[in-house]
Amino acid sequence: MAQHTFTVNGEIVTVDVADDVRLLWVLRDVLGYTGPKYGCGINVCKACTSHINGKAFNPCSVRVGDLEATDEVTTIEGLAATAPGDLHPMQEAWLERDVAQCGYCQPGQIMAAVALVHKVRAEGREITDADLDAIRNVCRCGTYNRIREAIRDGAARM
Amino acid sequence: MTTVPAQPARPDPQEAEQLLAQSPPDSPPGDGRRGLSRRGFLGYVVAGTTLAVAAELTTGARPAAAAVPSGPQVAEVFDLGDLQTRSALPTSQLITITLDGNGVAHFAIPRMEVGQGITTAAAMLIAEELDLPLDKVEVTLAPARPELVFNQLTGGSNTMESMYTPIRVAAAVARGRLLAAAATLLGAQVSSLTARSGVITDTAGGSATYGQLAALAASAQTVPVRVNLKSTSSFRVVGTPQNRVDARDAVTGRKKFTMDLAVPDALPTMVCRPPTLNGSARSVQNLPAVQAMPGVTDVVVVDTGVAVRAATFGQCIDAVRALEVTWNPGTVAGESDESVLRRLKAAELPMAVPKVPLLARTVDLRFEFMFRSSAALEPNCAIADVRAGRATVWAGLKSPIVAQRNIADALGLPQTSVKVNVVTGGGSFGHKLFGDAAIEAAKISKAMGKPVKLMWHRADEPRQGRTHPMATSRIRATLLGSDVLTFEQRHTSIQTDFSHGLGERLTAMAAELPAGLGNLGFAQSIFTLTQELPYDFGVVTQLLNEVDMGFNTGSMRNIYSPDVACANELFVDQLAKKLGKDPVAFRLEFLKNERVKACLRKVVEVGRWGRAMPAGTAQGIAVHSEYKGATAVLVEIDCRPETVNRTVRDAVTGPRVTKAVIAIDAGLVVNPRGLEAQMMGGVSDGIALALTSSNHLQDGHFLEASWDNYFYTRQWNIPPTFECIVMPSDRDLPGGAGEAGVAASVAATACAYARATGTVPTRFPVNHGTVSFTPKTFVPPVPASPTDGLSHTY
Repeated sequence: MAQHTFTVNGEIVTVDVADDVRLLWVLRDVLGYTGPKYGCGINVCKACTSHINGKAFNPCSVRVGDLEATDEVTTIEGLAATAPGDLHPMQEAWLERDVAQCGYCQPGQIMAAVALVHKVRAEGREITDADLDAIRNVCRCGTYNRIREAIRDGAARM
Repeated sequence: MTTVPAQPARPDPQEAEQLLAQSPPDSPPGDGRRGLSRRGFLGYVVAGTTLAVAAELTTGARPAAAAVPSGPQVAEVFDLGDLQTRSALPTSQLITITLDGNGVAHFAIPRMEVGQGITTAAAMLIAEELDLPLDKVEVTLAPARPELVFNQLTGGSNTMESMYTPIRVAAAVARGRLLAAAATLLGAQVSSLTARSGVITDTAGGSATYGQLAALAASAQTVPVRVNLKSTSSFRVVGTPQNRVDARDAVTGRKKFTMDLAVPDALPTMVCRPPTLNGSARSVQNLPAVQAMPGVTDVVVVDTGVAVRAATFGQCIDAVRALEVTWNPGTVAGESDESVLRRLKAAELPMAVPKVPLLARTVDLRFEFMFRSSAALEPNCAIADVRAGRATVWAGLKSPIVAQRNIADALGLPQTSVKVNVVTGGGSFGHKLFGDAAIEAAKISKAMGKPVKLMWHRADEPRQGRTHPMATSRIRATLLGSDVLTFEQRHTSIQTDFSHGLGERLTAMAAELPAGLGNLGFAQSIFTLTQELPYDFGVVTQLLNEVDMGFNTGSMRNIYSPDVACANELFVDQLAKKLGKDPVAFRLEFLKNERVKACLRKVVEVGRWGRAMPAGTAQGIAVHSEYKGATAVLVEIDCRPETVNRTVRDAVTGPRVTKAVIAIDAGLVVNPRGLEAQMMGGVSDGIALALTSSNHLQDGHFLEASWDNYFYTRQWNIPPTFECIVMPSDRDLPGGAGEAGVAASVAATACAYARATGTVPTRFPVNHGTVSFTPKTFVPPVPASPTDGLSHTY
C-alpha cells in the first residue's frame, strides 16, 4: 500500500492504495466519485473520460501511482464548477437538446466534448465534421446525432 | 406518504355495482365491459393518511374476444402488445399514486427505465390528468411485485400501450378527490373550482394547494370511484415535446446505476470465465496465491467460473487474470459460424407453393444473419446481499418477478424472502430481460457469505453474454403478369430464449388466443404475433423453425423483425425490379395499410426519393408495420472506394450512410421528443445490423471482446443528416416506440447498399466475412488495463 495525494474536483485527496490500481477504481471504489463510468477498462469505450489538468483522459488506463501531487483531476461531478453558472455551458447544451437516453455514456461524452472544444480553440479553428467523426466515445443508445448538435451548440456557448 | 398494502382491501362488489349504476344516462355504450363510457373508468381511493389512489393495471385493455382476427394475419389484429396488455386481467392488481404534503405525486412504475423514456412519459400522463407541473411528479421503479404475476415485464415496446389508461385513471381519481376536499375546505361547490398547476382556486379568490389538501383528501377505507378521463383534445402536456425527467442527473453525473449504489460491504466482484462458451471450472491450481493478492478478500468456484471479491474492481481484474484454472468444455465446443449455418440450413422448413399457373415466374432468395451481441454499455451487473434466510438484490431487471423466483430457487429460499430492487439501466436492448447477473451475484454472495457488487468485464459480454441468435430467412414468391400470387417465408433461427416470462404468459393465455395460436410452441406463437407482412401478395405464409444448440440468446431491440424485414424488403425490391417498377411505386401499389403508405410517402417527399446521385451512391427505402404503428425509412449510402476505404484506427469504416429520414406513426404520441430519440437510436442500430456489428464464432467461442471488436455504430458511421418525422395519427392510444425504428432502418440500409453496389447482399452484416481485429486472449479471459493513459490526453 502506498499513499497518493492529488486533487479531485478542487479538493485535495489522499488515498492509501497500491500504486498500480487504475485511477478509475480509485475514483469510483475508494473515493466514491461514480460519475466516470466503466464500459471496457481498456481505453476503448471512453465512458470514464474525465479531465487531468484541463485535458481529457481515461482514468481506466492510468495507474494511481503515476499521478503527481500537483495533478488536478476533474470528473463530471466537478465540471460545472469550472465555469460560471449552475452548469457548464456544455451541460446546458446537453439539456437543451435532451441528448441523454439511458445516460450511462453521457458523463464521458460531455467531458470529451468540452476537451474537444478547448483543443480546436487552441488550434485557432472551429469544430468540423471530421472532428466529430473522430470522437470514439460509444453510445449504445445511438444518440450520436444529438451529441453532435449539442457539441456545436455547447461550443457556441463556451 | 403511506405505504400502500400489496393486497388492498377489495371493494364490496355490490357497492361497486351501485357506483357503476350511477353512470349518467347520456354516457355512450362504448367499452361494454364495465358499462362505462369510452372515457369513463373505475379507479380506487386507497386507505391511508395522505391521498393515495389506484387503478387496475389492466384498465382499458381490449377484451381478447373482440380481437379475434378476421384478416389473413394474426398480428394485424391481435399482436404481441395485445397479449402483454391483456395477460394480467385475471390478477386484477393495482398501481398506486400517492400525493405527499408538498404536493408531489409519487408513482412507482412496475416497469424498468433503460433509456427509452417511460418514466418521463408516465410523469407526463400524471401531470396531465392531475393538473400538476411535470416537476411535481416523481416516478420511481417498483421492486419485484410477485402479486402482479405476468404484468411486470418491460419488453415488446409495450409500456405506454399497457400503462396509458391505468395511470390516467389513477391520476384522475386523485384529481377528483382533491377537488372534493377543496370544496369542503373552501366552502365552495366542486363545479366552481379550477385545478391548475397543483393549486385549486374558487371563484371568490380562495385557493388551496395540493400539498395542503393531500391529507384532507385521504380516505379511511379503500373505495371504488368512477372517473371520466380528459379528452385528448384538451391535453396540455401529453403530445408536447418534453425533456427527460432525469436529464439533469444524467449530465451532472448524479444519475445512479447499479454499480453506483453504495451498499455496505458490497465489495467489487468479478468472475474468471471459461475460454469456451458456457464452460465450467474443474479445478483451480493457484487458489492460495490469488487469495493472497493485494485487495482480494474471497475467491470461490461457482457454476459460471471462479468468482473474486476485492477492494477495487482493478484488483478483481488482476486476480481474474492471475487465476490458473482447468476448464471443462462448454455447450458449443468445436462449433463455428459455418457449422451453425449448416445446422440451420438443414432445419429450414420446405416451401409449399400452392398450385400456380404454368406461366408464373418464381423469385427465390435466401439470407443469413449472424450472431449479434445485445450487450448495453453498462455491462451485466448486480448487487447481492444474501444472509441466512433472506436475500436482497439490486439490479436492472426488466422481468424482476421471474428473476426473484430464479434467485429464490438458486438460494433455496422462499420467493417472499428475496427482495428484488429494480435499478434504472444503462441501456438494455433485450439484454436485461434476463436476471443473469442478479442470479449469479446471489449465488456468489451466498458462497462467500458476504455482500457483493458483481460486474461483468466488457470482454465477458460478447463472449459469454446473450446474443441475438443466428438466423436464415428464405423467401419465395411467384409472379404472374404484374401480380404477386404467393409469398412464402421460412425463417430459421437458433432458439431464442423466452424464459424471461413471455413464454409463461402465452401458456397461461393459450385458450384465449386467436384460433390455433395456442397450439404452437412459444417461439412460433411469438413469431406469429409479431409478423405482419404489410403487402397484398396473394397467398402468404411465414413460418419459423428453431434449432437449440446451447447458445445464450434473447431478444435484441426486437425479436425477429429486423432480420425478417431486412429479408422481406430486399426481396420486395427484387420483385419490383422483376416487374420493371420503381421500388416506391411498387410498394404503394401493393401495400394494404394506409398508415404505412402515409409514412412511405412522407419519407419519399422529405428524403427526395429518386434524386440524381453519383455512381457508387444510392438511396434505399423500406417500410415496417408493428407495435400498432408504421415506419418508413429512406437512407442514402456512399459505397465509393474513397469512402469505403477511409481509415479510422481500430475501426470498421466501410460504406457510409450519409442521410437517414424516418417517418413513424406510433399512434397517440405522449412525448414526441422522446419518440424522436428512440427513432435516432433505432436508425443507429439498423445501420450496425446491416453493415458492421456481429459476433464471430470459431472453435466454440466468440472472438469479440471489446467495443473495438464488436462494431456497433460509432460517430464515423452515423449519417451526418438525420431527420425524424412524427406522423399525425388518428389512433387514440399509444403504440410502441423503443424497438419500432430498427426494422425499417436495417432494411433500408441493406436496400441502399444493394442499389449502390449492384449486388444484393445475402449475409448480414455485410462485413462479417472479414475479422477486422486481432482477437484478445481467451486465457486469461480479460485483457489487462493499459497504463499509458497519460500519453493520450487531449
